[in-house]
Amino acid sequence: MRIFDPHIHMTSRTTDDYERMAAAGVQAIVEPAFWLGQPRTNVGSFTDYFDSLVGWEPFRAGQFGIRHHATVALNPKEANDPRCRPVLDVLPRYLEKDGVVAVGEIGYDSMTPEEDAAFAAQLALAVAHDLPALVHTPHRDKARGVDRTLAVVAESGIEPGRVVVDHLNEVTVKQVRDTGCWLGFSIYPDTKMSPPRMVELLKAYGTERMLVNSAADWGRSDPLLTRATGEAMLAAGFTDEDVDRVLWRNPIEFYGQSGRLDLSDGDGAEATFAGNSILRGGG
Amino acid sequence: MRSDDLRAALRGIPDPDWLVAALAGVAAQPSAITRFFPAVGRRCGRADLPDLPGWTADEAARALLLANLPAEHAERAEALYRTGDAAEKRAVLKALPLLPIGAAGVPLLHDALRTNDTRLIAAALGPYAAHLDASTWRQAVLKCVFTGVPLAVVADLDARADGELAVMLAGLAAERQAAGRNMPDDATALLDRLTAGSQPHHREA
Repeated sequence: MRIFDPHIHMTSRTTDDYERMAAAGVQAIVEPAFWLGQPRTNVGSFTDYFDSLVGWEPFRAGQFGIRHHATVALNPKEANDPRCRPVLDVLPRYLEKDGVVAVGEIGYDSMTPEEDAAFAAQLALAVAHDLPALVHTPHRDKARGVDRTLAVVAESGIEPGRVVVDHLNEVTVKQVRDTGCWLGFSIYPDTKMSPPRMVELLKAYGTERMLVNSAADWGRSDPLLTRATGEAMLAAGFTDEDVDRVLWRNPIEFYGQSGRLDLSDGDGAEATFAGNSILRGGG
Repeated sequence: MRSDDLRAALRGIPDPDWLVAALAGVAAQPSAITRFFPAVGRRCGRADLPDLPGWTADEAARALLLANLPAEHAERAEALYRTGDAAEKRAVLKALPLLPIGAAGVPLLHDALRTNDTRLIAAALGPYAAHLDASTWRQAVLKCVFTGVPLAVVADLDARADGELAVMLAGLAAERQAAGRNMPDDATALLDRLTAGSQPHHREA
């Protein structure tokens, strides 16, 4: 089973996790910039973090043959802090880096006017830098948050197929599916989604535009739940082909739209990937 | 290593016209280098250059861009290093000996040698490391042994290795032996060369 985890916060994980992930079949990841748990108070704190996402973390991942990519953004929670908002001004230089494959995580936490402004500004950055966008949905008041998220996405003019709306569940899946955006599911103990529930969603909605991630971070989470979901799919009668589509080819198709995925040393060096990404990246 | 060697080795890259335009662009408008520099890997590729062992296409192309600046090489190199991803930082480090900057790039070597990224450590120990003071250079060589960087990347290794480095290597060898671990072969060989013909010395505990 080859796995591309399209959303995992390795900064908060140990090197042992990389080793276990590689052993479980994880060959590539995307690490979105997010809230680190401790609020930051200045722009330099963010740039050191972003530098790590395009420096130290890819090196750490590479020691286990895992290809590391990142998304960069001012996250919704810290968009509310005026000391952090100038982060928006330094984003353009990171959005030109090789390993940065999308703008994210953007979206809503508490749905404030400040979050509105940062969300819209960063969708515009995604368009300007020709990158996809990774959109977080709020954990509180989620259904209305998703509605508002989709309205802002539509207004921004970004192509829906270049947007993934993440942390979805049974209640929010349909409204996103109908927009043409990609659907992200975080298999996260207790709070977000479980492997058996994910299997039911895949049965109901199919495998197209579906992205399964662990979203593992500093919370009580598990970087191997992508693998567990693949196994639950097989146990429920899905084929190897279905599992490969959800856990490998779908993330490549979505993030390959950046033209910056580089899986040339891994199994991704096949013609479909080369046709999709490496050629576009060179053009 | 001269710019001409880099230019010749880059003849086979996939998009040579882009590089030609970028080189002309930075010569005419130096600030444009901040736009070209991060895109080099996507445009020129990242493969090893067959005619230039130890260099990849992106490293060589970035070094050429820096060398093609009309002025302010030290300031531009520092800014590109500070804002660069790991590949950009590595290219700046490798470009330093090609630039008319004297020892102005030494702080960048210090920064790279503080990291644990073996690619940066290796890139910091090319010919430009001649500007490092003896103590820093010895620590860097020892760090290579510690982190598994082959000593073949260290420029002028035998010419510069001294008795003090031999003492440090012998100390590491003793620790490794006590722990039942091996020294890398290249480090053992260096230690043998440094101590050949001299009296075995006594190391302080």
